[in-house]
Parts: sequence; C-alpha cells; structure tokens
Amino acid sequence: MNLRRDVFQAIADPTRRAILLLVATQSMTAGAIAATVSKHLSILTECELLQQTQSGREVHYHINAKKMKEVADFIEPFRKMWDDRFNKIEAIMSKYKTKK
Amino acid sequence: MELKTKVTAEEGKQEMLITREFELPLDLLFRAYEDPEIVEQWMGSKALRLDNKKGGGYQLEKKDDKGNVVFRANGAFHEFIPNKKITRTFEMENTPAGVQLEFYEFEPLSEDRSKLTMRVLYESVAQRDEVLKWGMRPGVNAAHNRIEEVLKQYK
Repeated sequence: MNLRRDVFQAIADPTRRAILLLVATQSMTAGAIAATVSKHLSILTECELLQQTQSGREVHYHINAKKMKEVADFIEPFRKMWDDRFNKIEAIMSKYKTKK
Repeated sequence: MELKTKVTAEEGKQEMLITREFELPLDLLFRAYEDPEIVEQWMGSKALRLDNKKGGGYQLEKKDDKGNVVFRANGAFHEFIPNKKITRTFEMENTPAGVQLEFYEFEPLSEDRSKLTMRVLYESVAQRDEVLKWGMRPGVNAAHNRIEEVLKQYK
C-alpha cells in the first residue's frame, strides 16, 4: 500500500464511500459489486432518470434533467401547502406561549 | 422566502417524509395535534371526534357556507404518546388516496424549539404520487377564486 495514502483521503471520494456502504452489510466480490452497480443503472434508466447513448462499443449514461425536474415540480407545491399549514400552527400556538 | 418544511418522496416508493422545525416548545407543538379546538383552528375543519388514545378514533369534517360537506377524514390511533409520538391511520373520504399509515414523531430541539417528523405510507406508489400532485390544487384554486372575483364585477 502506498503509505502516503491515508484513510481520510480514501473516504473523501463519494464513489468510494458508496462502495463502502454497499459492502457494509455483507461482503461482496468485485464482480458482485459491479453487478449491483449495473442493476442500479438499469433501474435509473428504466424510470428515465438516466439516459443511455451508444458510442461505438460503449454505452454512455447521462442524467435526464427533465425527469428530475418533473419530480421536483410536483413536490414543490405540495411542500408549500404543508409549509403554509405548519406556519399556521406556529402562529396559533405562539399566542399560547405569550399567555403562559 | 425559504420554506422551513422539507418533503422527501423518493421516485418509485410508496412513502414520503415531511419534516419541519418549529419556533415552539415541544409541549405547544404537541398540543396543536391534541386539542380538538386548536386542531379546528389550523385544519379549518371541525373535529367531530378525537379520542387521543391507542385504539381511539377521530373524524374531521369541513362544510361550506351552504352546509355541504366538502372534506371528511377519519382514522384510528395506534399509538398516542404525549410529546413524543402519534401513529395513526388516515383516510380522506371520497378520494382515491386510500388509507394511509402515518407516523408523527415530536422531539425537542431546545427549550423553545421543536421538530416534527412525519412519515406517511400509502398503499401504492401511484396513490402517493396522486396525493403529491394535489399540492398543486391550492394554487389552481386560488387562481380560480381570483377569476371568479374579477368576473363578479361584470355581472
């Protein structure tokens, strides 16, 4: 092992942290890790969060910003609705606070 | 203005997570869910029944000016631990949302701040997504009301 490489350097990388999380519950072979990553890629592609393009023998993956936006689009008004409701609770209950 | 409420609804899952930090002490936050008179104030609907205990039921109802029921919801409590946790079912009548299972966790952040974590489970992913889309309705409604108001002047 390269002695200059320390554990903090190793975990600084998000990809390496993801691999650690993957094997945290069970040991896996390199092949199994690759298969798991491949499975997740196909799920993300199926629900169109990722898009594939073929270039020669290689498949490239791109993020589908449109699909991501679709999810965010309908969460935002819903979040606003709850935020309004919670603001109401805060306003009503703060009256009781001053009475105490 | 930044919203204090966080909503997490992962793609393809039938649950959602709603969290909010309140500028209220824990006991006051919990009281907003416990006291039927206060529930009525912020829900805008009447609490016909609110049996705050394990196995107890609740029913909320909202009527318009003409007395027509515009909203009715009911459910049962599975856990009711003051200042800590509420586990209940929730069903909004006459909607395709089905029965939801809701977990409310109340926790203190400091003497006068507290946090609510709501985890809501739906019967299917489709039903959850449908409910998420309802969030757009108040906006649409407000727009419709505005149109109505404007058009009244021409009557």
